[in-house]
Amino acid sequence: MEYILQPWPWCVSGPMIALIMFLLIMVDRRFGMSSNLRTMCSIAGAGKKADFFNFDWKSQRWNLIVVLGAVIGGFIASNFLTPNDAVLISESTISDLNSLGFKSAGQAYLPTELFSISALSNIKSLAILIIGGFLVGFGARYAGGCTSGHAISGLSNLQLPSLIAVVGFFIGGLVMIHFLFPLIF
Amino acid sequence: MKTLVYLAIGILFGITMFKSEAASWFRIYEMFQFQAFHMYGIIGSALILGVLMTYVIKRFKVKSFYKNPIHFEAKDKSFYRYIIGGILFGLGWALAGACPGPMYTLVGSGYVSMIIVVLAAMAGTFVYGLIKDKLPH
Repeated sequence: MEYILQPWPWCVSGPMIALIMFLLIMVDRRFGMSSNLRTMCSIAGAGKKADFFNFDWKSQRWNLIVVLGAVIGGFIASNFLTPNDAVLISESTISDLNSLGFKSAGQAYLPTELFSISALSNIKSLAILIIGGFLVGFGARYAGGCTSGHAISGLSNLQLPSLIAVVGFFIGGLVMIHFLFPLIF
Repeated sequence: MKTLVYLAIGILFGITMFKSEAASWFRIYEMFQFQAFHMYGIIGSALILGVLMTYVIKRFKVKSFYKNPIHFEAKDKSFYRYIIGGILFGLGWALAGACPGPMYTLVGSGYVSMIIVVLAAMAGTFVYGLIKDKLPH
């Protein structure tokens, strides 16, 4: 139990992700999280506006159950399995973030400057959440998958398209952190 | 019964995302700064096991728990959709600090603001659906 309450090292976390992919394959499903966003759009009635959302979303109900499980898992992990949720990022990351104005670096799970309730009344941090989420949703569907569908499932099956997508993920991430962050923060 | 299996897999996934800190905005920033091995270790070890698993399943024609043959769908061959879509995704991933799996997880962890990120991601998906025929694929 002592070990579960600590942050999990990569050599436990990575194999756990592989196990989750294995379990989904063995119950005749595939590991991919972003397609649920399309399913949720369809349920919300997006099919009336775009044909892309006219598909048999009930066939994707299983994946929404997985999402529900992920929500419950997040609740269990944060409330019962994590006595101290400060993320111990490296010293250099903490000092970099401090100089960008993130005082919560090294002391919280998410930056309070962006994710606390009071930050929602700040137009800038609200815009960051909305633009970030929008790009994730748009980009994932354009690329046909996200970290789970391409970086884990697709690359495991040695798919060249997934490699191109993952290279894209990294180009985008590096441009954001190295070139755009200094302009935004 | 199957519903409970999916729910259990999802719970395991959510706990893993939170406890691995792959759901932490800070870890994503640190990864793109190359200041720690943590995220590379997670993705790398998952991938090595994933490649081995996929190979073994194909090579030995392993059947699923429900005795069905396992078939892996090949991704459509293309370039533009993967590179452009991938870059847009990466920009958002670094800014919001969360990809779709961790987003759902963090809603459960009590980060109310994450609901806004999920709704924005749905909006992004919706706009893609509206204009997809005009985009290079």
